[in-house]
Amino acid sequence: MQGSSDSTRFTHIGKSALRSEAIEKLTGSAMYVSDMVLPGMLYAQVKRSPHARARIKHIDISKAAALTGVRAVLTGAELNYRLGLYIVDKNILAKGEVRHYGEAVAAVAADTLEIARKAVDLIDVEYEVLDPVLSHMDALKEGAPLVHPDLGTYDCVKATFTPVPGTNIANLSKTRKGDVEKGFDESAWIIEREYDNPSVQHVPMETHVAIAQWGKNDNVTVWSSAQSPFTVRNLFCYAFKLPLNKVRVLVPHVGGGFGGKAGIHLEPLVACLSRKAGGRPVKLQASREEEFSLLPCRSALTYRIKTGVSAEGKILAQRMWMYWDAGAYADYAVNVTRASGYSAAGPYEIPNAWVDAYTVYTNKPYGTAYRGFGHVEFHWGVERHMDLVARSIGMDPLEFRLKNALRPGSVSLTGEKITDHTGDALTCIREVAKAINYGKLTEEEKERERRTGRRIGKGVAALHKAPAMPPYTATAAVIKMNSDGTVIANVGLMEIGQGSTTAIAQIVAERLGFRLDQVKVTVEKDTDRDPYDWQTVASKGLFITGNACILACEDLLKKAYELAAQVLCASPEDLSHDADRVYVTHDPSETVTWAKLSVGYSYPEGRSIGGPLIGVGQYIAQGLSNLDKETGQGNPALNWTYGAHGIIVEVDGVTGEYKVLKVASAFDVGKVINPGMIRGQAIGGMIQGLGTAMCEGYIYDKQGHLLNTSFTDNKIPTAKDLPEEIETIVVETPQLDGPYGARGIGEHSMISVAPALGNAIQAAVGADLTHMPMRFEDVWRAMQNKEPIDNWITKRPVGSCRSDPAARRHGPDTTIAP
Amino acid sequence: MNVKLTVNGEAYERDVVEDRTLLRFIREDLGLTGTKDGCGAGECGACTVYMNGKTVNSCMVLAVEADGAVIETIEGEAADGMLSKLQEAFDRNHAVQCGFCTPGMLMSAKELIHNHPKPTVEQIKEGLEGNLCRCTGYQQIIEAVLDATGQLTGKEGLEHAGK
Repeated sequence: MQGSSDSTRFTHIGKSALRSEAIEKLTGSAMYVSDMVLPGMLYAQVKRSPHARARIKHIDISKAAALTGVRAVLTGAELNYRLGLYIVDKNILAKGEVRHYGEAVAAVAADTLEIARKAVDLIDVEYEVLDPVLSHMDALKEGAPLVHPDLGTYDCVKATFTPVPGTNIANLSKTRKGDVEKGFDESAWIIEREYDNPSVQHVPMETHVAIAQWGKNDNVTVWSSAQSPFTVRNLFCYAFKLPLNKVRVLVPHVGGGFGGKAGIHLEPLVACLSRKAGGRPVKLQASREEEFSLLPCRSALTYRIKTGVSAEGKILAQRMWMYWDAGAYADYAVNVTRASGYSAAGPYEIPNAWVDAYTVYTNKPYGTAYRGFGHVEFHWGVERHMDLVARSIGMDPLEFRLKNALRPGSVSLTGEKITDHTGDALTCIREVAKAINYGKLTEEEKERERRTGRRIGKGVAALHKAPAMPPYTATAAVIKMNSDGTVIANVGLMEIGQGSTTAIAQIVAERLGFRLDQVKVTVEKDTDRDPYDWQTVASKGLFITGNACILACEDLLKKAYELAAQVLCASPEDLSHDADRVYVTHDPSETVTWAKLSVGYSYPEGRSIGGPLIGVGQYIAQGLSNLDKETGQGNPALNWTYGAHGIIVEVDGVTGEYKVLKVASAFDVGKVINPGMIRGQAIGGMIQGLGTAMCEGYIYDKQGHLLNTSFTDNKIPTAKDLPEEIETIVVETPQLDGPYGARGIGEHSMISVAPALGNAIQAAVGADLTHMPMRFEDVWRAMQNKEPIDNWITKRPVGSCRSDPAARRHGPDTTIAP
Repeated sequence: MNVKLTVNGEAYERDVVEDRTLLRFIREDLGLTGTKDGCGAGECGACTVYMNGKTVNSCMVLAVEADGAVIETIEGEAADGMLSKLQEAFDRNHAVQCGFCTPGMLMSAKELIHNHPKPTVEQIKEGLEGNLCRCTGYQQIIEAVLDATGQLTGKEGLEHAGK
């Protein structure tokens, strides 16, 4: 929008401005909630369920309550509040039944952490253990135990979601485009296969933590390590039936989120403990183990794709079945399902498409938003499938992608027409292919193969994602001038490490024509004092908050010019400004400084005009619509960011061990605001994506106990796991309504890393992988054409993940029909 | 038990219970919260501090074991209010995102450079292996260490398509 991207000269846009809050973080002075201690603060601990599904027969809290220093003990029985983002299905503490391993059944607040821990140990819970339903595919079967027998009675956002009472289906999202059966009839080839992802953990370095104080007259203050303070406030008030002006949510620095801190989590429990303890502040910080099982994870996915292709290699029809494992509560999983449903084909044109995307309840820790919001998971399927289809019809996978990629004139699954300004998927794909010398081995690589005896393979995978958000997504910015001519911008967008504070400061400085050090964008958020922002999710922050800030700058300049016009006895149209002053364009000696205008102008004799200069900007997503529930048609996308990953891998053809030699990424970011930070997002997501591709994943035993709740048993990448070479590329097709043409990139960097790796491994040694993660033993098994290992429900504890083959519903069956 | 030690050049004396970790002692008893708690199990490195010239995971050390020790934490890194060369290199190379791993990462990087004044990339990866970072993907941290040791090639950076 405002501030067109084709201006050739920018002072701040496109420059690698240093992170505005870096000094605090580098010196250890940045304050996180985990660092905070309030006067009289109590420490909370949670009693968690050791069972995946059980009836709570009795909870004896008498010994815990009698312990000196214990100030509050709570069980679900006395808490009649229900929580939920889209389906209101979760109690603050389990009531009647526990639905997943690690679920909170009781909680304690005490003078010290030690006393709280001791008290929790003294709580006796008597359970009647029930058979859990663990596999989301089993949960769909007739007669499966119901995770939520009362699903039909829950409140939910009916305009968007469709729970099916009497089943474990929390939601079914449909997308229908064209005539899929006719498309299959016309196809020369039909190829069908299924792909799987396990659940994974976000692993923010700062675990979830909240402090709450339930004050007099129901004035509640919450400090939380949260991505979306206004969402915490809204859902909190919904649950407790409090007006929004009674509850104040404050968020200082946040030690990583990745979607896991997008919703509401520990805050209501901590607030209830505070209320019970007479209003003393209470702090609860999740242990790392609790981060894995008490707090939510990323949903597992089973994705079945059936593709019809013409003799020339054009996709004519595609039928897609997504089965998302919500775990015990719907949380964001139903919306992941919805967003994945309408994006399900990847950045390709499918003239005839049919998607059924299910969210399925199981007795496992529940799924929530996770960087990529479903797109990391389903692109694993789509982009492995694209390689399978290409190989099956005798076409090069890169050529097949380029032939079918979305381009101007294409129509998306929901009926949106792609234009010249939407972004350039083709260039992204070509750029990563070029960066890895796709399709051939260099002399150096051939020599390396000879030297090591390992095989080198190359793979490419493309991606797309739009912000998954409601059509009414809105934000506002307030820019206040100080009496020295510096400004402070208040926005609701959280800084969680993504660098938005710096990028927003660059946009504000650019639009105001100020020096960067004149602009402060606040890091700490306060729902009482900051303007509303929907959430810090979906890679929409730069776009929406950036636009709101541009409008706020313009509002501030307009007010300043009106005031300066009076002072200088000139028309506002005849005024210009620089970083220090406003002046008459044709006579710059007629001037007034920002400092003199900033909080009201005083004439020498004392009479004064104006007042504090404050610019306000508000922005709401434009032209979006709810999707038709039967066809999925409508406009869900604020914008699309396209991208691709290319990977070179070296694989041992005997053992399946491999090493990633190079990863290249390319994204059409519209306009680079800060190159250093885009690169940081590109590489950060890439390595997070590699982690989930190579080794991460929840492993359960047959009773539903989560077995790997530590960094020893659930490894994430370390510095030693980096590829030998990383290349990050940007394409700049300006987004017409983006700030200076920019669009978001925060989540996209994690998408399609895994399928690029899978495609490269297959190119190297032929291992045909359909399950994530791709551990060395998985590659070895695939090379032997052995049954893939079920990664997430095991007969034995860690170390052996072999599952019962009979328990698997589908093998990887490939049907190729001429 | 009574513990006497030096932290960032300042002498402290406190009575602590035997099972108090050095991490909680530093954070809660001394109020130096720059050192972070990421796992409590010696797996993530967020709590890395210097103890008697070597880095330790302070969550795995008892405060009583640090009796008489010389401790350095992140709060001591910026001398006289000026960022150290290493901190400046982290800033310049965008090696900080959420910042939660940063204090521990800086401690490990400092020891790495002490042991290898011109570390190779492999040595840097080895030296930082015990410090988990979920945000950056490590690359810009490695570049910051290369920069701090005068080894940056200048080729690192974002590439524009077609340029």
